[in-house]
Amino acid sequence: MTARDILPILGFALVFAAAPLLVASNVVLNFLVFTLIIALAAQGWNLLGGYGGQYSFGHAAFFGAGAYVSAILQVRLGVNAYAAFACGIAKAALVGFVIGFLAFRSGLRGSYFALVTLAFAEVLRVLANAAEVTGGAAGILIRLEADPRNFQFAERGTFLWVAGGLVTLALLATLALERSRLGAQLVAVRENEAAAQALGVDALAVKLRAITLSAAITGAAGGLYAQYFLYLDAQIAYGTWISVEALLAPIVGGAGTVFGPVLGAIILHGVSEATKSVAGSIPGVDLVVFGIVLILVVRFPPREIPGLLGAWRRR
Amino acid sequence: MAKFEIGRRGAMLATAGVLAAPGLARAQVPAVRLGILQPVTGALSQDGEYGRLGAELAINEINAGGGIRALGGARIEMVFGDARSNPEGGVAEVEKMQAEGVVAVVGGFASPICLAASQAAARYDLPYVVDVGVSDQIVSRGLANTFRFGPGFGVVTTTALDNLVALNDAAGKPARTVVIVHEDGLFGSGMARLLNAELPKRGFEVLETIAHPTPARDMNNVALRIRSLRPDLVIPSSYYAEFVLLSRTMQQQRIRPKGIYCVLNGAASNFRFVREFPEAANLVMDCNHWADPRKPKTQELRRQVEAQNRFWLYNIPLNYSAVMLVADALERAGRADRAALIQALAATDGAFTRHIMPYGPTRFVNGQNQAAVPVNTQVQNGDIKVIFPREFADAQPVFPVTG
Amino acid sequence: MGFPPEILLEAALNGLLTGAVYGLVALGLTLVYGVLHIINFAHGALLTAAMYAAYVARTAFGLDPYVAALPLAGLFFLLGYAVQRLVIGPASRGRDENILLVTLGLSIIIENTMLALFRSDTRSIDLPYAMEVVAFGPTLLSWPRLVGFGATILVALLLFLLMSATATGKAIRAVAKERTGAALVGIDVAHIYAVTFGIGTACLAIAAALLLPSFYVSPRVGNAFVLVAFTIVVLGGMGSVIGALLGGLIIGVVESLSGLYLGDSLGQIGIFLIFILVLLVRPTGLFGARA
Repeated sequence: MTARDILPILGFALVFAAAPLLVASNVVLNFLVFTLIIALAAQGWNLLGGYGGQYSFGHAAFFGAGAYVSAILQVRLGVNAYAAFACGIAKAALVGFVIGFLAFRSGLRGSYFALVTLAFAEVLRVLANAAEVTGGAAGILIRLEADPRNFQFAERGTFLWVAGGLVTLALLATLALERSRLGAQLVAVRENEAAAQALGVDALAVKLRAITLSAAITGAAGGLYAQYFLYLDAQIAYGTWISVEALLAPIVGGAGTVFGPVLGAIILHGVSEATKSVAGSIPGVDLVVFGIVLILVVRFPPREIPGLLGAWRRR
Repeated sequence: MAKFEIGRRGAMLATAGVLAAPGLARAQVPAVRLGILQPVTGALSQDGEYGRLGAELAINEINAGGGIRALGGARIEMVFGDARSNPEGGVAEVEKMQAEGVVAVVGGFASPICLAASQAAARYDLPYVVDVGVSDQIVSRGLANTFRFGPGFGVVTTTALDNLVALNDAAGKPARTVVIVHEDGLFGSGMARLLNAELPKRGFEVLETIAHPTPARDMNNVALRIRSLRPDLVIPSSYYAEFVLLSRTMQQQRIRPKGIYCVLNGAASNFRFVREFPEAANLVMDCNHWADPRKPKTQELRRQVEAQNRFWLYNIPLNYSAVMLVADALERAGRADRAALIQALAATDGAFTRHIMPYGPTRFVNGQNQAAVPVNTQVQNGDIKVIFPREFADAQPVFPVTG
Repeated sequence: MGFPPEILLEAALNGLLTGAVYGLVALGLTLVYGVLHIINFAHGALLTAAMYAAYVARTAFGLDPYVAALPLAGLFFLLGYAVQRLVIGPASRGRDENILLVTLGLSIIIENTMLALFRSDTRSIDLPYAMEVVAFGPTLLSWPRLVGFGATILVALLLFLLMSATATGKAIRAVAKERTGAALVGIDVAHIYAVTFGIGTACLAIAAALLLPSFYVSPRVGNAFVLVAFTIVVLGGMGSVIGALLGGLIIGVVESLSGLYLGDSLGQIGIFLIFILVLLVRPTGLFGARA
């Protein structure tokens, strides 16, 4: 890891540190906080899916674990919010390990792996909706007490600092992984698992470490969501919406790259907000536009735009 | 649409003002902005659309009648936000409404959206009036800005239970055995829990409680269990599509209990269901939000809605009334100031009669209207009648259902 | 809590009837996966579109859904062909993650176009025979669902024949097995891809026509079937027509019985647990080709 690699990350961190001081609009700040929460979840996915090549359709399982554990500890046991948040991350990592163990051990790959993770997330969702401890269908509400000690802040700007800080940490972690031995092994497994095995890489161990790390990061996003919105139910915590968000962002922004998930999250949410202004009196038109943009993004991926622009200029 | 009208009206008045100085002052009365938050895309789009309709009807009526008099005839300008059927969407829209300087926000529909949005509004002491969301948590967080004109979960379920017992007693206690069918969300599960605890105490026997997901792909097995258990009464609390499936399947399998007593059911008090499936809908009872049938305004609004080829649903009168509440509070507050509006809302009393809900005199405690209750309806002859309580009823209950 | 045998029997039979439709929905998905190797996120939205088409066929043209099934299948075949040939293929340039994005984008477009055109209301049609039941021993079975069952078996058989006996079918299987080789022997791969997608969409149209008499249509109605369809595709083995049909029937019965014992809400995990178990034990599904 050289200074050159860290510079963009520091730049990013500076931008988000300065943002609350420069931007007065709470509309924008709220937008940025939510986008960064999604980016964080996506960074988790990216570790496993982008670098590891194991596409998961069930990252909601980790998001929800982090969110619910954090919320339950605070609400039912009065645990300190920060400690609860950390526990949430740990629980999410555990869930990741278990799912990874079951799935990878059986040799599930590709689409089969993707769908089994989806199945796990759905099981958790149905259970969370029925169980007492999660509040069942009524959900769980964290008491609004905007105090830094409760990991709640009166200012949206402060939340942005926290979210930005967590995303920066995840960026650094991703970079570190990229440059590390584990990262190389992960990519080797992604490209050709059999060959990697033949070269002495323990593919199972590598994938397990990746999914555990991935789950922890996405779990952190879940915990942060809980602190920001203060209300969870089974659909919010374990619904397919977050699984889709977590995989869309890296794909749009560049899977297997450090900034991909963050870039993708900002683009997707930015476009979503922009299309909202197209909304007239007919509901749905704005989302149609969003869908069209999504397809166009595939045809002209953001990461290739600098190249495309260069080619166009040279014409 | 409102913007266009303001422009035109402003131009007219400005012209008049040139000719007569006093008119000039009136032309410059700024419009009062009201945020209307509804989920018009996504899973809740049907309810969101009808909620919006109710709000628009109220706003158009107020504006046509000269606006808010205490504010110099100021018109209400709607700032609409699509909550996109999730809490994050609701929060984002509230932030936008706040930035546009709305004096209050009305709507939300679903409890998770209402919880998040009202909380976001609380940061700015922005008054938030919930339209439907029944979760009791909404009004028990100690947020001074949050109000709910309609009833909460606790009131709805206990009223449903009390009314059921009263109806059963009045008919000579024909029903004793019950099967409960409920959607597995916040309302359905909570209601099932309450009924299971309370019904045995009132002389009923709950044979089975069946939870179903939303959406449900199939209700045949639910119908099968009802058929095999032969209960006197079926109590379904489901959303529109699932109840349509269930009631049609029950009709298909010739399952005819002595009564179908719905609670907060999405279809039983919905004219689309009644029109499309008259046979399945006939004599189905519901304990739900409903408009006061005695008020002439109710009939007038219903005609207006049906003239537009839409259906009359409870979302319309609830949102209409919520907007009227805000307008009434604005009149009393005398200025388009949020703090004053919150005070005026909290002080609302029986003098507020412009709503069309079957409630007694309005009285807010912790933001909850204590007079809010659901009423019992029954589908009779292709129409939805109120059968209980007596003072709002426009028809007699038909219970038990025989033949 | 035990159930009398008549209840179990009827629940199981209900499960078979429901499962048949699931299987039909999964048929299209499994073909598309088996041949194009793409997970089609737009499947649910296409089902929604097909249901609206069947609805319009009835309300605007008075066509009974069972009559409209065939023309709708033809129409949706063309639609699917066009979508793959003109949108998905060119936009994604064959890359997996792109296809995911494109089909997701399509699903958003289709769902919200339906919302914009038809509004959010849940609509149903009332047909005289929709209320008919057939007594089968102690059980009562819904007539429209029996028709659906029969039609699904028929479609599955036809599809199987198509795949094994016709030139197109052989071409499809060739492309599924070995794309480059198939191209080398002169098979137009892009055309075959589009034909396969078209067949998948046509299956959806038939499923829609069979569903409409006993179900309803709304802008998101298809979404309820997507998860189940994916589950069946993987359970039965991706690319296997028989697998999709049998997988559907199995899932239908599992859903029905676990709904009976656990309640329809909690019973949903029955489907996913079976799914997880099968995958852990037999990763390529019941009838899937070994990886």
